[in-house]
Amino acid sequence: MTIQGWLLILVFVGVLLALTKPMGLWLHALYEGRRTPLHAVLGPVERGFYRLSGIDPTEEMGWKRYAVHMLVFNAVLMLLTYAVLRLQGVLPLNPNKLAALPEHLAADTAISFTTNTNWQSYAGESTMSNLSQMFGLTIHNFLSAATGIALAFAFFRGFARREAETIGNFWADCTRITLYLLLPISIVYALYLVASGVPQTLAGSVDITTLEGAKQTLALGPVASQEAIKMLGTNGGGFFNANSAHPFENPSAATNFVQMLSIFLIGFGLTWTFGKAVGNTRQGWAILSAMVMIFLVGVGVCYWQEAGGNPIVHHLGVAGPNMEGKEVRFGAAASALFAAVTTAASCGAVNAMHDSFTALGGMIPLINIQLGEVVVGGVGAGVYGFLLFAILAVFVAGLMVGRTPEYVGKKIEGREVKLAVLAIAVLPLIILGFTAVSAVVGAGLAGPLNKGPHGFTEILYTFTSAVGNNGSAFAGLTASTPFYDSMIGIAMWVGRFFIIVPMLAIAGSLAAKKYTPETAGSFPTTGGLWVGLLVGIVLILGGLTFLPSLALGPIADHLAMIAGKTF
Amino acid sequence: MNNDLTSSLRPALVMTGLFAVLLGIAYPLAMTGVAQAVFPHQANGSLVVDHGKAVGSELIGQGFASDRYFHPRPSAAGKGYDAMASGGSNFGPTSQPLVDRIKGDIANLHPVPGVSIPPDLVTASASGLDPDLSPEAALYQVRRVAAARRLPEARVEALVEGAIETPILPFLGDAHVNVLALNRQLDRLGATAGR
Repeated sequence: MTIQGWLLILVFVGVLLALTKPMGLWLHALYEGRRTPLHAVLGPVERGFYRLSGIDPTEEMGWKRYAVHMLVFNAVLMLLTYAVLRLQGVLPLNPNKLAALPEHLAADTAISFTTNTNWQSYAGESTMSNLSQMFGLTIHNFLSAATGIALAFAFFRGFARREAETIGNFWADCTRITLYLLLPISIVYALYLVASGVPQTLAGSVDITTLEGAKQTLALGPVASQEAIKMLGTNGGGFFNANSAHPFENPSAATNFVQMLSIFLIGFGLTWTFGKAVGNTRQGWAILSAMVMIFLVGVGVCYWQEAGGNPIVHHLGVAGPNMEGKEVRFGAAASALFAAVTTAASCGAVNAMHDSFTALGGMIPLINIQLGEVVVGGVGAGVYGFLLFAILAVFVAGLMVGRTPEYVGKKIEGREVKLAVLAIAVLPLIILGFTAVSAVVGAGLAGPLNKGPHGFTEILYTFTSAVGNNGSAFAGLTASTPFYDSMIGIAMWVGRFFIIVPMLAIAGSLAAKKYTPETAGSFPTTGGLWVGLLVGIVLILGGLTFLPSLALGPIADHLAMIAGKTF
Repeated sequence: MNNDLTSSLRPALVMTGLFAVLLGIAYPLAMTGVAQAVFPHQANGSLVVDHGKAVGSELIGQGFASDRYFHPRPSAAGKGYDAMASGGSNFGPTSQPLVDRIKGDIANLHPVPGVSIPPDLVTASASGLDPDLSPEAALYQVRRVAAARRLPEARVEALVEGAIETPILPFLGDAHVNVLALNRQLDRLGATAGR
């Protein structure tokens, strides 16, 4: 480890903390539907969209109506992408003449991008035409992110409103977030990326002759426009197979830093927006503090392990950090930090191959996702996921002091706690269940590239990533088989929508409640005690469930690595 | 519930169409137009052109096997530096195939006594297209390249030192040497030194 490496980590967190309030303020304006300076330009577009689709943006929706409209919209988007991928061969903008995707891969990919997972069972440069990348996939990068933020807004309203039957209008939330937040930032961001070397062209590839006279074909395409929203919307689906490790997606250490910032930017801001929405910004800072604490521990362990390197490789006469699956321009620190960021948020872009991390270094991304990706988390999904843990934390605190628990002015009762547990229990159920099945049936065992405990970790990581809607991979596993495409498809769908529906039900239930003012007997939800309790609940509920599976995978792998045993 | 469902159909269908046109067509095409007009070099792959012919991209690594050139890192992209098949080896830390591959790569190095092997020189990058080497990995090859080109080692070493790039802010990433740029400089030197 070096001082420079730690400086990178500290500056990274510092810059984000400085951006939290400005981003939170902007999000709060959208949350309230206030006019922004961008309305002068994009206001007519917004109004035109509503008029053409018969939407009244002032119509208030109850939680069921909000949920149904959100689900139907996502289902239609998914079908559109499925159709584009299946018809790729006959559609335009296909300079490399790529064929249509088979059914299982098209379905898996459509679910993957709809659920903000962006798991990729394919290699972009040799599978997707430019039209598929732009029209089939980029729209999801915007709209799955907008859906996530809209849901967070709806959840905030559950806490903020008093004796109300409604939690906002899905179409107004989704449209405003897309037009006044995601699109303008993406435009500026994409141009920055192009200036830094990310291609943006409709050409498919270009042939060159190398200095030694060999032929090399460089895959090109409209990369920058997709790259920008891929990071900002915590989507993570790369244009190329190597994702943000590919020099055309992430050409320099500077673009790498900006990419990491953009993964966390909206997630940090939303915590502030939550505090503002419930009338006390310290509530937002409290949950952000808990998130940052868990995050920093993970980064520290990952960086320590990667900088330390692999003793089996050292034994061969090679000194220094673990560079297998890493890019020289980033090095160990920026690779470890990126890995922790992309898995803490449910982004799933990678700038290094997690499969080739040291055993414990690779365990950190795994744990980050298993905690429910509530450490900052995916845009929207992270903060509502974390609030589910907050509900359980006040419940536990209430049990200890013998009072009805309250959180930000709302009594937390049996219904909310049951729904929160239901949402949180989905994660271990599917991850462990599907991993167990895949570890015994032949089609599952055919997947892993590596043998020994690392092979088991590849399977565990796959389903962890799918249910968590992360999309990063221990990419040695061959996932483009009917077995894995189907299992992963189900896992992604359940992992997204089986959490959203109970979460919206909680929002509806909370919105209907009276405001309960804070008294001397209320458990304070802003100080250090509360932050500690939150961290504890996340680690115990999120982490302990998975400990046995971690012992079989990365921990066994680590012991083998230290003993010099290979498989 | 039924009313919720039927009332959602028109907005869902029409909004999908409108957003698809805005985000899936207008946005990427507008970005392409601006990029091609303002940053044509970067937007088309940052190509390196010698005498009117593209010999590579500044950003994409390419294979070098001759002793007269600095060699890049091992590559898991296709059969090596295949820019249509980016990717890493995905070998885990306890992988025997990883150990075998590293042993093979070490055997092909020209060893420098008393210097431990820089890790990037015998490990495959994440993309398989890493255009860079660490300064240590480039310096490790100076003796071999100088001998093959019958150049003084100090001259080649100075070339490497001059080619070291650092990020805008040094802590953002690691110092590195672009292999293609270094080898082109070497060829320019070679034009005057004995072939």
